[in-house]
Parts: sequence; C-alpha cells; structure tokens
Amino acid sequence: MAGLSEIRMQVMWNRLISVVEEQALTLLRTAFSTSVREAGDLSAGVFNPQGLMLAQAVTGTPGHVNTMAEAVLHFLGEIPKEEMFEGDCYVTNDPWKGTGHLHDITMVAPSFKNGELVAFFACTAHVVDVGGRGFGADGKSVYEEGIQIPIMKFAERGVVNKDLINILRSNVREPNQVVGDFYSLAACNEVGHRRLIDMMDETNMLSLDELGEFIFSRSRTATLERIAKLPKGVWTNQMTVDGYDTPVTLATTLSVKNDEVNVDFAGTDGISKWGINCPLIYSKAYACYAVKCVVAPDIPNNSASLEPFTVDSPVNILNAERPAPVSLRHVMGHMVPDLVLGALAQALPGQIMSEGAAALWNIHISARPEAGKTGQNSEVLMFNSGGTGARPALDGLAATAFPSGVHTMPIEATEHTGPIVIWRKELRPDSGGAGRTRGGLGQIIEIAPSEGHEFDFSAMFDRVNHPARGRDGGEEGAPGVVELCDGTKLRPKGWQHVPAGKRLILKAPGGGGFGPASERSESAKAEDRLKGYVSEKE
Amino acid sequence: MSTQDIRLGADIGGTFTDIALDLRGQIFSTKVLTNYAEPEQAILDGIEIVTQQAGIGYSDIDIVIHGTTLATNALIERRGAKTALVTTEGFRDVIEMRTENRFEQYDLNLKLPAPLIPREDRFVVSGRLDAQGRELQALDEARLNELAEIIREGGFGAVAIGFIHSYQNPIHEERARDILAAKLPGLPISISAEVSPQMREFERFNTVCANAYVRPQMEDYLVRLQSRLKDEGAQCPVFMIHSGGGLISVETAIEFPVRLVESGPAGGAIFAADVAARFGLEKVVSYDMGGTTAKICLIEDFTPQTARTFEVARTYRFCKGSGMPISIPVIEMIEIGAGGGSIAWVDSMGRIQTGPESAASEPGPACYARGGERPAITDADVMLGKIDPDNFADGAISLSKDAAANAIAKDVGGKLSLTPLEAAFGICEVVDENMANAARVHAVENGKNISENIMIAFGGAAPLHAARLCEKLGVDQCLIPPGAGVGSAIGFLKAPFGYEGLASRLVRLSDFDVDDVNSMLAGLRDTAERFVRAGSDGEIQREITAFMRYQGQGWEIPVAIPDRKLVASDITLIGDRFSESYARFFGRAIDGLGGLEIEIVTWSMKASDIREKPNAAALLTKGSAVAVSETRAVFDPSSDGLCDSKIVERSQLKAGDCVIGPAVIVEEETSTVITSPFDAILQADGTILLTRKEA
Repeated sequence: MAGLSEIRMQVMWNRLISVVEEQALTLLRTAFSTSVREAGDLSAGVFNPQGLMLAQAVTGTPGHVNTMAEAVLHFLGEIPKEEMFEGDCYVTNDPWKGTGHLHDITMVAPSFKNGELVAFFACTAHVVDVGGRGFGADGKSVYEEGIQIPIMKFAERGVVNKDLINILRSNVREPNQVVGDFYSLAACNEVGHRRLIDMMDETNMLSLDELGEFIFSRSRTATLERIAKLPKGVWTNQMTVDGYDTPVTLATTLSVKNDEVNVDFAGTDGISKWGINCPLIYSKAYACYAVKCVVAPDIPNNSASLEPFTVDSPVNILNAERPAPVSLRHVMGHMVPDLVLGALAQALPGQIMSEGAAALWNIHISARPEAGKTGQNSEVLMFNSGGTGARPALDGLAATAFPSGVHTMPIEATEHTGPIVIWRKELRPDSGGAGRTRGGLGQIIEIAPSEGHEFDFSAMFDRVNHPARGRDGGEEGAPGVVELCDGTKLRPKGWQHVPAGKRLILKAPGGGGFGPASERSESAKAEDRLKGYVSEKE
Repeated sequence: MSTQDIRLGADIGGTFTDIALDLRGQIFSTKVLTNYAEPEQAILDGIEIVTQQAGIGYSDIDIVIHGTTLATNALIERRGAKTALVTTEGFRDVIEMRTENRFEQYDLNLKLPAPLIPREDRFVVSGRLDAQGRELQALDEARLNELAEIIREGGFGAVAIGFIHSYQNPIHEERARDILAAKLPGLPISISAEVSPQMREFERFNTVCANAYVRPQMEDYLVRLQSRLKDEGAQCPVFMIHSGGGLISVETAIEFPVRLVESGPAGGAIFAADVAARFGLEKVVSYDMGGTTAKICLIEDFTPQTARTFEVARTYRFCKGSGMPISIPVIEMIEIGAGGGSIAWVDSMGRIQTGPESAASEPGPACYARGGERPAITDADVMLGKIDPDNFADGAISLSKDAAANAIAKDVGGKLSLTPLEAAFGICEVVDENMANAARVHAVENGKNISENIMIAFGGAAPLHAARLCEKLGVDQCLIPPGAGVGSAIGFLKAPFGYEGLASRLVRLSDFDVDDVNSMLAGLRDTAERFVRAGSDGEIQREITAFMRYQGQGWEIPVAIPDRKLVASDITLIGDRFSESYARFFGRAIDGLGGLEIEIVTWSMKASDIREKPNAAALLTKGSAVAVSETRAVFDPSSDGLCDSKIVERSQLKAGDCVIGPAVIVEEETSTVITSPFDAILQADGTILLTRKEA
C-alpha cells in the first residue's frame, strides 16, 4: 500500500513535535529562573546532523523562534564533529550567537544512536543573573553586562566542566540558582535525546534523513503557497518609541516576492549608548514572528518553514554589533512586530491589527530595610502587560502580553519573595484607543515597600512618550505613566528609588483603536460603559 | 451505615445517565438518556429498570451514590446564578486579567474566555492582609453594609468573597460573610478560604466564584432529588462523589458544589483502580474513550493520581490555558479531544488531523446515515473492519460502510491521494498517536515511565483502539473489564468516604518549626476526618503529602510525610525523601549546592475509611486457544493491510480461553480489537486480558 509510508511519516512528525514538547516541559518544571518557570521565557528544539531545525516546542516565547535555529549552526562551526562525543553538552551566552543578551543561556547536545550522530537538541533559557551590572540598561558595553561564555563544552562524555562552574559561581550573584539552571538546561536536552532514541528504536529508524526531508518539503511547499497568495510589492513603515534618553525611530521596508518575504531595517536609528540595543538575531526572530502570524500561523516552525522569511539590516539599534550593550534588547525587540505589521497593513489593508503596548512592563525591584532597621533584602521580578492593539473585527486584549509569550505571576506569590506590598493590579479604564474596535486596556499597578523597607527598581518601560497608534482612523492608546503616589514623575528607564512610606504607580499603556470611533456600535459602547472600561465621556 | 448490601450508583453524563445496582456483588446496570430539564427523572427511570431486573424495591436500597456533570455543564454553558464577587480593593479584575498570557501564540484573532462574573458584578472593599496573614489595613465594614444593599437591589442569587492572602488568615472573609449574611438572609455566600484555601489569587478567586455560581442550581436539584427518592419509598442516605474520588454528604455538596465538578470521570478512575486491586496490579494507566474525548489517568498502588488544581470549560481546542482553573483536590487525568465522534480533516500541509470537533450523537458519524457528512473516528473504525456495520449495538443501528467510505474519501483520501482504506488507517494512526503522545507527556509530568504500566481500557471506543495504543506505548498488557460501558457508575460503588484537606503554608526545612507544623496538620486532620465521619464510622486511613521544591523553583513535587507527630529528626527524613523524589522526576537531585534551600509550599491531608480490598486474583496469562470459524477482514497495522481476523462473541468465551490475534471480540456495547502482536485471554470475572505475544 503506497499510502502507508505517507501515513507513517505524518505520525513520526507528530511524535517528533511531542518529543520537543517533553523537552521544553522538563525545562519549565526544573528551572529556577522566574522568567522561565513563571513566564515561559525558553525554547527547545531538535535539529538534524547538519544543524537544520526539524521541530520546535510550542511551549516558549517567540523571541527564540529562529534565534536557536541559527545558534546551532554557530556551534557546529566552532566544534568539529570529530570532537563531539556521546554525553557531550555545549553552551554559550554570546548575544550574537545565542539569543541576544547574556542572560540567555543556550545549550546544544549531540544525540548519538549506536555511535552515529543522528541529531542535535538545543534549548535556551533566561537565567536569574549573569553578574555585571545586573538586568538593566546601564551598561556602556557588553563587557559591563556580565560574564561572557564563548561556545564551549559544558560537559564532555557526561563529565561536567568544573572549571566553568567555578568561574560561573564567582561571577554571578545567585550562584546556586544559576548553576541549577545550567543543570536544568542540560537535563532538558537529555530528556529530548532519550525520547528520540526510544522513538527511533520503536520504528526501526536508523537516521532522521527521510523524516527530515518529508518535514522540510511539506513545510516549504505550504509556506510558499501562502506567500504566493500575498500581494507582491514593497511597503515601508516607521515608528518612534521612547528609547532610553532620546526617542528612537525604527524603520522597515517590507518586500513581498514570489517566494520570499524580506524585512529590511534600513533607516532605523543608530546604536544607543544604553543597553537597549538588539543583536540582529533577536530583531529577526520578532520580525519573522509577526510575518508568520499573518501569513502562516498554523505551519510548525522548522528550517524550511522559516527559510522564506528573511531579514537584513545595516548596523543600527536593531542590528547592534559587539560590543554594544544589549541587556534590555527585549524592549526594542518587542517593538519589531508593530513596526513590521504596520508595513504589512499597507499590503493587506483592513486586515492587520493596530499597535499595542508591545514591550512588557517588567520591573526588577531590589528591596532592603531602611537605614538602621532590620528586615529583609530581596530581589523581586514582576512581569506585567499593557493592552494589545484593536483587531479589525475584535477589540484588543486587555492586559495581555503581545508579542511576548509570557505569563504574569500571582501577586500572592510575588509578595512571598520580598518585602513589598502590591496594593493594586487592576485594569486601567479609558486607556484603550477608541475606534470601531477598541484597543485593549492597560493596567494600573501600585507597589510599596513593606513597613520599615525601601527599594530601588530598574525601569524598562516604553510607550510613555510615544503611545500605540491606531489604524485606519482608530485613535491612540493611552501612554504609560511612571510616578510616585505624591505625583513625582519618574523616568521610564534606568534605576530609581522608592522611599519608605511611598507607593510606586505604574500605568501600563493601552492598545491603539481600529477604524473611526464614530463607527463603534451602540451596543459595544454601552458595554464599555457598563463594565467601566470607558468612563462617562462619550 | 451498618449494612450496605444493596448499593446504587447513578452517573449523570452529557448524553446518558448510567445506573448501576450492586446486589450483594451482582451488578445490574442500564443507560437512559439524560434529562436536562429534570435530571432526577432520568435517575428514577433508570432505578425503575434496574430494580425490576434485580427484583427489589426502592426501600431495599441501602445507599445511593451519585455523581453528576451538571455542575460542570453549568460552568461550560454559563447557566449559573447571577453572582456577585466581593474582593479586595485594587484587585477587581483578577479573574478577568487571568495570567496575562495568550494560550495560542500565533492566532492574532484570539478570544480569551470571558470571566465567569462580569466586571459590573465585581465589587471591591478595602482591607488588606500581608503575605504572612497579618492585617495591614482594617476591613471597611461600612462599605460592606453598603454592598449588602447593592447586592439586594441587584437581584443577585449568590455571593462569592475572595480576598488577597485569605488562605493564610480567613478573618476578613469570615467577617465580610457575617456582615453580608446578617443583611441578606437566605442568600448563599461562599468564601475562598473555605472553598479553596490555596495560594495564587486567580485560581482561588475563580474557584470561589465557580462555587457560588453553581450553588443555587445544585442545591435546588439535590433537594429535589432527595425528596423524589423519598416519595418513591427510598429510605437510604444519598451521598455524592466528588472530584477527588471520595464521597461527601449531600449537605456538604450543597455548600461546596464546585467539588462535584468532574465527578463522573473520577468514578471512571475509581472503577479502573478497583479492577487494578482485583488483580493486584500496582502500576496501571486507565484509558477511557467515549464519544467526544479520551481520558488517561495514572493509578499507582490501586490509587488514582491526584492534583490540586485543574481546568474546566476549555474554550479553544482543549488548549491548556483556555479554560478556567479550579483549585480543589481532583483525580488527575489528561483529557484530549479524541473520541469516536471526533471529526477527521486535512490541514494546509496535507497532514491528517482529528478533533476536537465532534459529530456528537446528532448528526453522528457519517456511517450512522443520519445526515453526518464528515468523517469521524467511528467511520474509520468501520472502514478498517474493526466494527461490523451489520452488528452494531446489538443490531439496533445499522451502519453504512458506504457512507463512511464516501466521507473519508471526500475529506481525507481525495486530498492526499489515498484510498479510503489507507485514509481510514491514517485517521486511526493519527488519533492513536495523539492519545499516545498525551499519555507519554502526562507520565513524564508525573515522573513516570508509561511503558511500565498495565492498561485498563473502558468506555465505548476504547476497546477498539486499546491494542494499537499499547503497541505505540510499549505497554505489554491491557485489561478490558466487563461493564465497561457504565464504568463510572460502577466506580461510584467502590468509592471510599474520603476527603482531602489542603493548606498553603510556606515552610523552609532550615526553619521548620515542628510544633507549628504538627498543630497545622492536626487542624487539617480534624477537618478531613469530620467529612469522613459524616458518612462512615469505620476505621480511617490517612495520607499526608507535602508539595516541595528547591527555593527559587516554581514547580513542586509530592513527598509523603509520616503520619504521626513529627519530631526534629523527621526534618532530615523529609529532606532525603525530597531528594529521592526529585531524582525520580528529573534524573538527578541537585547536590553540593551549599545554601540551596528546600521548602514546602502546600500540605495535603487525605482521610478515608478503609475499604475491604478484594482478594487479588492472579492474572491468567496463559490459556488454551479456542477454535474460531468465523472471520472478517480487519486492517492490521503490523501487517500493513487487511488480515483475516477471527470474530468471537464475548459471551461465548469462558475463563482461560485464549483468542490468538488478529481477532475481534464482539459484544453488545463495543468490540475489542486484538491486533496481531497480541492475544486475548479471558479471566474468571469476564475481564479480557490483551497480552503481547512472546517474541
């Protein structure tokens, strides 16, 4: 029966995707880093011996869509095949070869079956600390941002590199948790390897060549069919955001050809002297993510399905070169989808959502007792989201992460980690941009040090001076606000202080509206007023 | 409670209400259609049938044990009471903001599920506790008095109260309830510290809202049921099965109806656990496949795996995160959209997909010839010869193989240049693979290896797919017990009087106050045993579990705590047990990390009356081959094609008979497919054992 091999290939493809899901799940369950376990800032995938990605776990965040795919090729370039052994595991946190900043650790492990190299497993996770100035925009170069681990062996033939662990322990603030996460990453690749070998044993597979060819040809064909249906042409878009101390203009040119969608960031402002620069690998991930959401959302990620989406850029803030500081690269990276979608909206008029809050409103708090008092010292990390842009037929999502794929954490858990009290975390009325469909609401957060404590915090907020724009006549979303309860305005970026007895107030931005507000239905307006999403003003 | 010679189980499901009567060990059962307007009527109709079969009257019944999907359905279909939520100022939107996450990252038109209680019905009051449960701000009692007026005038049928950190200290919630209750007599009020005293506000608030939301409806129903039973002459008590698999009184169920959610599937797991005990099988995976979904549950030492939280009413292709979280003790199972009615289709990459859309009972799969045009799993099963179209449901429904072939050809075969037979095989392979993947991932999440288990399969569609699923999972043995069609209702009859109490209390091993922990555990024990005593005066067994992690991690693993007054030396013991357990889950414990703390986050106390365990019968693994004359062409995956398969009536087989695969054992409700790598051996109690042929 000729059809049977087709069916078996389909089943094996499903199974391979399940293997990488198990791999990612292992990382979620064992990770120490809050941003991995609570927020899902991770990725996991399986590659063929040539380093081409066969499957990637759905669990994870878009920032790693194809950064990992390229990372594996860098590993292959630096570690010769004859130096690869069973039980090996390789590591780097090179922002330009990994996923854009030093906090992301990428590990790659070869998978051998009967002495033959059959695959690589790779995974990435954000660790708690990498030394240096900590997670913030204040480093002047990558050298100030923490320890750099070039591509090297974390383990050879199953034996962990003790020298690396020792150096690491002396360079980071939370050595137990960081080393714990290194082990978690290695364990996750190990789980992937074991499951793959089980699968190959059960089905008498000697290599993944045939399966890989099946996956690639199906994915390539399907992706190209989708691209063929797009209007062809060249469109441009610009978007200005807050930046660190001066506004930053991002620019893109989107070219849709018969078999390729190219995004070029020419015209974007130059490298910042603050750590908000993005290595191209990360800008590229978010550009591909945006295009893929519109063009081929249902096609699984692999080398062939990502290949037709290409990204170019001269050196600028979205293609920062070493040694630019890149610690907060996510702030600019999260803006890339809105930038690219704005160009796509011209190619596909009436079909593309408006701009939203985009960058997460994450906050890192460093709390301590007031001078002369006793209490608790603690580092607290919170993830918060503003509103997403209005969709052509649906309102934007309130307080929901986009483009990032993270979760927030319960405030009851957060208050257990340090001496702070969160007095408010609630939707922000009137923050969604008006329109035929309304932008998603932002949120209001109020945080105070506990009795007898004070704290510093690292601000990494955007859209305070440059709100999310509406589309097709829709209005802007409300800009963000960073202030103390007494009205003192604070800066959207950098380390700042909150004294005892005061509350920090964060108002995360809303999404832009879509279409003229005059066309909003009466029932939708009544609903907005009933629920208090929009206050009395008409 | 003295004699329970005659026990009756009643399970209200979405389509059928199942009744099982246990007359001193003899089982009588029936299925009647669920009556949505008057659910109790279907129960009475069913009782009428089984009591006649058994030749007894209502007054002879010693106990009625009831489980129902009504609470679940009320949540899914949003048919509960108009409910007010009273919550802490600053946190009005906890149940609306959810986790701030998109559960499907590539769908730009994603819709998040609407909160159970809309924003206009959520009211805030100031008053705040800190993470340790100490008061930071007094409760605003004047505002509560105002709220009482608003609630009265708003025509609300129920109230939920959820305050921040109430799992640590219920004082504000209790006070708020007292104030509102004084002004609103008769209005049911639920507080989160009682319904679900667990940390994490989204889950806890949502749970108390769900409880309040279904409470008036469930109370009406349960009161009606009791009085109708009494009118018919029944004098016995009625007990409810809860989601954790134990029994609670009707009075408790009325107060905490959210505990009834998923009670039907829990019955299925208990049914499987009882089968496991009958054969002394310590590691079992239960596999229940019905019309719409498949459920898989791990059962170790005859006890189903439990969890502290689960999700109901998933709105997006059964996608994790698209439903609402309910934090109560529950028998843990994974449920996927794979049932006999699941629709097969082809995606944009030419991949066959199945479910979660279901043909349901109307119009049903194409082969029912009742207007269904899209191919369902049942159509593929007919096409492959697994189901005999002329002998389905005892000949009650005649199935159309042509209609099945046409639907498969149109929606799947034609698109992929596959013959209808090949396409049908593809559909079954995909659905079986999806179930196998779900089972594998579920086992991994619980630190287990699925292939070490024995499978117990029940539900109408499971016996058709079980053998192939075992092949995929590397499972060597599978049991298909008799009565599998009403498994949950039979399971109810086996349920112990049991209750699980939970408390969130963060304790680091380095700072472990033994006295404090002992007194907390004593409190949990009193609560749990009080529930057991409501239904049983037998001896009680207890099981204490701590959910532990390395400080800084976010996922806890269960560790057994000795059931006695703890002493200082137990701290080391608990630490050691954690390390062993961690290594079992994740390969290796993290050793030599000086200063890395181990902590306990949540405590659980399970109490239940001790049930007499059946004397375990050894599995008959050898039998004498029976001669079979009738054969039919059935697709056999290992042979890549149709094979002549023996056809045997289940009722014709006797203990020790062995049917050599490939074969099909047919019965009224379903067929058991024995693929060529397996043989089937009939056990003394009528259970079919599928056992892998020796290599």
